[in-house]
Amino acid sequence: MAEFIAYLIAGIATGAIYALAAIGFTLVWQTSQTINFAQGEFVMLPAVLVLLAIKLFGAPIWLGALIGIAAFLLVFGVGFKLTVVDPMIKHGVLPLAIATMALSIIMKEGAKDGFSAEAQNFPSFVPSQTISVFGASISLQHLAIIAVAFAVIWALQWFVGGTRLGRQMQATAQNPTVARILGIPVERMVLLTFVINAALAVVASVLISPIYLAKFSNGEVIGLFAFIAAIVGGFNQVRGALVGGLIVGIVDSMAAAYISTQYRLAVPLVLLVVVILLKPEGLMGRKEERRV
Amino acid sequence: MTSHWIIAATLTAGLSVPALAQDKVKLVDVVELSGAGATSGTNWKSGIDLAVAEINAKGGILGKQIEIVHYDTQSNPGNTRAAVQRAIDEGTYAVLGPVFSGPIGASMQIAQRAEIAQIVGGEAAGLTKQGNQYLFRTSLSQTAAMPKIANYLKNTVKAGSVAVVWVNNDFGKGGRDAIIPELEKAGIKVAVDVATEQGQADFAADAIKIKNANADAVFVYLNEEESARFLRAAKQQGITKPLIGETTLLGSKVIELAGEAANGVKGHVGLSIEAPIPAFQEFGKKFIAKFNYTPDHNGLKGYMAVYMVKWATEKQKKFDKKGVADTLRGATIKPSEEPGILMETTIEQNGDLDRESFLAEVINGKQVITATLPKLKP
Repeated sequence: MAEFIAYLIAGIATGAIYALAAIGFTLVWQTSQTINFAQGEFVMLPAVLVLLAIKLFGAPIWLGALIGIAAFLLVFGVGFKLTVVDPMIKHGVLPLAIATMALSIIMKEGAKDGFSAEAQNFPSFVPSQTISVFGASISLQHLAIIAVAFAVIWALQWFVGGTRLGRQMQATAQNPTVARILGIPVERMVLLTFVINAALAVVASVLISPIYLAKFSNGEVIGLFAFIAAIVGGFNQVRGALVGGLIVGIVDSMAAAYISTQYRLAVPLVLLVVVILLKPEGLMGRKEERRV
Repeated sequence: MTSHWIIAATLTAGLSVPALAQDKVKLVDVVELSGAGATSGTNWKSGIDLAVAEINAKGGILGKQIEIVHYDTQSNPGNTRAAVQRAIDEGTYAVLGPVFSGPIGASMQIAQRAEIAQIVGGEAAGLTKQGNQYLFRTSLSQTAAMPKIANYLKNTVKAGSVAVVWVNNDFGKGGRDAIIPELEKAGIKVAVDVATEQGQADFAADAIKIKNANADAVFVYLNEEESARFLRAAKQQGITKPLIGETTLLGSKVIELAGEAANGVKGHVGLSIEAPIPAFQEFGKKFIAKFNYTPDHNGLKGYMAVYMVKWATEKQKKFDKKGVADTLRGATIKPSEEPGILMETTIEQNGDLDRESFLAEVINGKQVITATLPKLKP
């Protein structure tokens, strides 16, 4: 039982990171009806920028974190929307999706050439210790990831559902034309969505990099699993992305423990196929109708 | 009159370009500069660059300057094959690299067919069992290293059972297949046998599994970055049993990345700048001064690879590609003959090496050599 609990907590911690990235997928989907294929790199890059700021400016960790995160939010929150999404969306969803693929390569190769091809140590704000829960040794780092990720997701849910600004954002996502008629500053709402997406990526990056280490290729795995999580949970629902992330994280951990580590990468893919076959809109997703 | 001088000088300079090109010997290094092998490959490349700079500064090989070219394989076997073929097509004198055993296995037949020596950094036992007369190691084979580790686990650690964690690639599988029979021979039970993936980021589940196996010791055989991630996960899960490994587990990059989690790790080390051999320490100082980071064993391996080519060429007193392999096979290179080889090294007929090695421990974030082990065939 203790062993099972340990696997479960480890799975939830990893799943929480996937959930943060998966929510980013759903936010971009809701506002632009496209998939951001650079979502994994969005999680990879903040950690690299923080380390780069420390290296370039000789800054202490807190200042490096501030510079790196601010640079990321500006360039990949505001900048992404203004320079990639806005010009491309006019030409349809497909060109935009392809543009995000290109962005993913640029971010990955840029991190490799501009910083390092090797993994780098990323400081942890939590000590590497364990506590005993029902006889299982639980890592404080995993508990911190779970606590912070859930707090952020709860805050996002509260913001979207409980504030005027959040409801305007929701209205924009559901029907931009009607929202505009109602006087909602649609452009600003869309921009806010992209900044929130970038902020979620920053949180995921800071939480996971002490464990995964900061490396240019980290986005590959995170992006793939977050994508699976978003589809499993329901691409058009923030709650679905949360559930999907947790399911994928737990399934991955349990597969490594009880099936085989050699096939662990295949297990979430099998889960994806099963969900698509049985419930194509995802476990918590809603069916969408389109007029042609 | 002045214009005549200018024309004459230009012509002279133009004519001298091919002559300069002829005074060079081209070496192509095919190596993992990105992807899963980036840490190993970067060290290997720097070691090569250091050796080339030294040799060129002293007049080159038989009077020819070395022209070194590095091709990034991105740790991909397909890219490695293409890069080795390109190196041969471009007239390389010998192929240096790669470091990872999988890409070596995928590319070694190309150099063999061209009858060109390929000097590699891989440790997988299977590489030199295929009768390739043109493949040469710069490190001990797993076949040589694993008996030493099994003895250490039995006699020093006094382990009755061992958990084995390994990376599921040619390197890791070769190590796993070499250590398990040695453990059995030593009467040590394998409590759990855990395979992990190359490039794996999350080792929490693996660490939990190993902790619950409750073995007397853990044998860790992973690539550098994965070693660091595993050590961190092991610390997070509170694994307190001795963590024992081979050279990759105690490398400088692993110690840097794993931080405190690396302290207490022990194992067998083929090459180390911490070894009680002045030439190794001198190499370490030169390397750090040039590249501003501490080299691991791959830096030493890359450095030695170039000196193996130099020694073989000077031994045969001519530039003969096939002759390099023929000269290296079965040779013993002594530092008194070629200081760049750093320690006496015997190259066996199949390309394996025999030389002294070391036992080490990580203490306060530093690799400390605790014993020197003799050559298998002194």
